[in-house]
Amino acid sequence: MGDAVLEISNLAKNFGALRATDGVTLDLRPGEIHALIGPNGAGKSTLIHQICGTLRQDSGSIRFAGQDISGLGVAQRARLGLGRTFQVSSLASDFSALRNVMLAVQARQGSSFRFFKPVMRDKGLIDTAMTILERVGLAARARLPAAELSHGERRQLEIAMALALQSKAFLLDEPMAGMGPEGSKSLTRFLDTLRHEAPILLVEHDMDAVFALADRISVLVYGRIIATGTVEEIRRDPAVRTAYLGDHA
Amino acid sequence: MREAMIVTRENLINLILAALLLAVPIGANWLGQPFYITLATRVAILALAATGLNLALGLGGLVSFGHAAFFGLGGYVAGILASHGFSGEPLLFGFSGTNQMWVIWPVAVVLSGLVGLAIGAISLRTSGVYFIMITLAFAQMVYYFAVSWPAYGGEDGLSILVRNQFPGVMTMRPMSFFLICYVILLVSIGLFALIRASRFGSALQATRQNEVRVATVGIQPYRIRLTAFVISAMITGLAGALFADLNRFVSPSMLSWHMSGELIVLIILGGTGRLFGPLAGAALYVAFEYALGGITERWQFFLGLILLLVVLFARGGLLGLLAGRARHG
Repeated sequence: MGDAVLEISNLAKNFGALRATDGVTLDLRPGEIHALIGPNGAGKSTLIHQICGTLRQDSGSIRFAGQDISGLGVAQRARLGLGRTFQVSSLASDFSALRNVMLAVQARQGSSFRFFKPVMRDKGLIDTAMTILERVGLAARARLPAAELSHGERRQLEIAMALALQSKAFLLDEPMAGMGPEGSKSLTRFLDTLRHEAPILLVEHDMDAVFALADRISVLVYGRIIATGTVEEIRRDPAVRTAYLGDHA
Repeated sequence: MREAMIVTRENLINLILAALLLAVPIGANWLGQPFYITLATRVAILALAATGLNLALGLGGLVSFGHAAFFGLGGYVAGILASHGFSGEPLLFGFSGTNQMWVIWPVAVVLSGLVGLAIGAISLRTSGVYFIMITLAFAQMVYYFAVSWPAYGGEDGLSILVRNQFPGVMTMRPMSFFLICYVILLVSIGLFALIRASRFGSALQATRQNEVRVATVGIQPYRIRLTAFVISAMITGLAGALFADLNRFVSPSMLSWHMSGELIVLIILGGTGRLFGPLAGAALYVAFEYALGGITERWQFFLGLILLLVVLFARGGLLGLLAGRARHG
């Protein structure tokens, strides 16, 4: 437990009478993919928002890379190495794929207050970004505006930006959503290699992907984690079967 | 390459605009028509003020409805320093003003930057309509302060008896003063181009497109915006100092919300976020004001119609119409 990259303890968040997050304790260890599953309305998004800093928890704490990040803002958490992707792609849509990644690279370098050198003549910046685009298989589409990329390509672009941050942990919010079967398969293969770079907290509805990838699975229902365990343990867990998996298992 | 062609075409149009702005006063000078030189100078100064606003509004998406505060502030710096310089009354710490532009400009720029920092630091905590309203509110505060402060003319404004001086230039000659404004405009447009293409410019434009995305890569949008707002205020403040010298008069009208609105109109007319958008917009605006203003007092009605057409059918403004959509590489 001690060397977990991300440690969430007793996190709670209420919206009025609704307990959206109800004493969640969860950790992410080096090299693993930890999947977070749960039915719609279980509070997965609320939990994600608290981890990345867009929502503040009512109580409990979040530790990341050895420090308490409970009080930090979104940008500060990202600077510490929390890379995330969104359920609905969130990109600078007028910018090309390349410039989106370049933005992430300059952010990681902490060099956004340089006023004079044109980025499109900055070979170092461009090359670094291109290398990352090649890794996610988007090099050929680098010059297209993000708005003109396909759904799947925007997903890949978000992952490329998280990679560019040299993240210490990835927080992927339904990366498979809206992908065709082929896209899901190749993304599954990619995520399988990504875990060696940094551990992944994977929120996903695609059970094939979850079972193929996850080292551990946590099941969230009504804001509570009702079970955490390996794929086999979760498949067998009676509470999980009734609450969620049903015919999938 | 389609992309390269469009870029070249915009550059060509920019070049023509810059050349036209220079050609008109040269022609007028040659024909002995100083009035047109003054008109061109007015275009250059308004374009400069709008170039400042364009940084915040065009690149950053920050619809400041209070940039008249900086424009007027620059104007009052020129007016107050000149009046003390003339009367010899001490202003601050035994400093008794000056009629030297090279002193007035940095004072106007720094002061506008500081006021921009204060206004921006508070206003940028809001966004959307609230940002528009709070910037307007700040500018109105400055406006009413100027109106009610009798030391420098209050409502009546303050005259600059002799246009301020610049070493080696006869500033009283319309053509010389035009050239000063023209050079400053071009330098500022160059600065705008540099900033837009830089890492800071990337972050700023990304903040306009998607604030959450910028925060998610670890850049705080607030800092980026505040910096842009301050630079924007500085440029507009400098324009104000020149405007006061052009008219040899500064009054609270430079601080009024009409002025803030006018600057926004210039940008929309010319092309939001475009390098030469403010110049195109200012040229169009002053041309209308002059041409239509000669026919009817209600020329602004027609300006309104044109603005409506631009917003409805030509979102990219004049430059969008001539040079096509902006590309972002």
